[in-house]
Amino acid sequence: MVTEHWTDRLSEYVDGELTRAEQAACEAHLATCAECRAVGEDLLAVAHTAAALPADDPARDLWPGIFSAITPQPKVVPLVRRRPWYASVPGLAAAAAIVAIVSGGSVWLAMRQGPATAAPTSIVVASTTEQPTATVAPAAARAEQTYDAAVADLRKVLDAGRGRLDSTTLRVLERNLATIDSAVADAQRAVASDPNNAYLNAYLARTMRRKVDLLRQAATLARAET
Amino acid sequence: MTTPTRGARALKRIPARQRSDSDAVEVALATSGDTHAFERLYRSHVGRIHALTRRMLSPDEADDATQDVFIRAWQKLESFRGESAFGTWLHKIAVNVCLGRRAQLGQARARYHADDAPLETVPHPHTGGALDRVDFETALEQLPDGARQVFVLHDVEGYRHEEIAEMLGTVTGTSKSQLHRARMALRQHLER
Repeated sequence: MVTEHWTDRLSEYVDGELTRAEQAACEAHLATCAECRAVGEDLLAVAHTAAALPADDPARDLWPGIFSAITPQPKVVPLVRRRPWYASVPGLAAAAAIVAIVSGGSVWLAMRQGPATAAPTSIVVASTTEQPTATVAPAAARAEQTYDAAVADLRKVLDAGRGRLDSTTLRVLERNLATIDSAVADAQRAVASDPNNAYLNAYLARTMRRKVDLLRQAATLARAET
Repeated sequence: MTTPTRGARALKRIPARQRSDSDAVEVALATSGDTHAFERLYRSHVGRIHALTRRMLSPDEADDATQDVFIRAWQKLESFRGESAFGTWLHKIAVNVCLGRRAQLGQARARYHADDAPLETVPHPHTGGALDRVDFETALEQLPDGARQVFVLHDVEGYRHEEIAEMLGTVTGTSKSQLHRARMALRQHLER
């Protein structure tokens, strides 16, 4: 029989962190309880395995990235002072979001207009050709607007087909959307507090893309049920 | 069962935190701005730092976090007084980077890696007592954040509960219970 009290404290026993009295009591119990002894042996094996885990070189050489970050960049007077909008971290995040959103919007349009009239390629071209003239802040703002518009459009498709989806599917969908909405809000707050953090911007773009993907799947599902 | 003594901490490896003084010369050169010396320090320590970030965060985040660690180390090099080994100092920066990244996304990540989820791992067919290292690393990735962080810091990196509690802003009792949860979950890979 496993006695709960000592099961919970076997890690401390294995680590030699019990008081002398506790250790003596634990050992007295172990002498009579094969199950606790087995647990103790396993915990010891886990700790031994962890202690022997090797170092792990990265698959690619990370030094070039580190070197460029720690080396002062030579001061060159640029021909055009302002960096292109797409060269900044928020700009890249915006670009990633736009690509995802345009693809989501294309699917929606394709579904709304029917296969014969859909022209996703022209939509992509129309959306991308107007970007280079934008500056960073308007580009990021427009990406968010486009994202909001695409989400709203896909929502409409989903709402139109809502009655054709079974209740369980709808419940799961709404739960997932709420989770992603919350994650988007968290990520937006994090980006707002650290706008140049590449990881956070990538995470935000990923999360937004996930929502568009989910809505696109849901809209496709609703349409398939018609 | 091999009965451990009160000195059973010997089962833990003395981590790379204690490395030789051979780093001292490179550190001195790097502090004076020698990027070649810093690159040698990078080559010497990157394996352990990358393993730490991968285990504390995730394989996807490890490269970026590792670069961040070395960039921060370069920026803070002048504050390194040599009171501890360079590896120890670097390790602390790495732990702080990992914990900082966790804190940044906090709740958002927690939703996708529910910390309160049952600590169930896939039972592994027993193959004679020893854990397969790849399976072990995979099982480690599946642990909830809290348990994984404590397990990595304690059992892999050799930090004491008092140190871990200070780093995580918690108490030693929590660190001990998280460690036990993690070990019990990983133990399932030994199930016969």
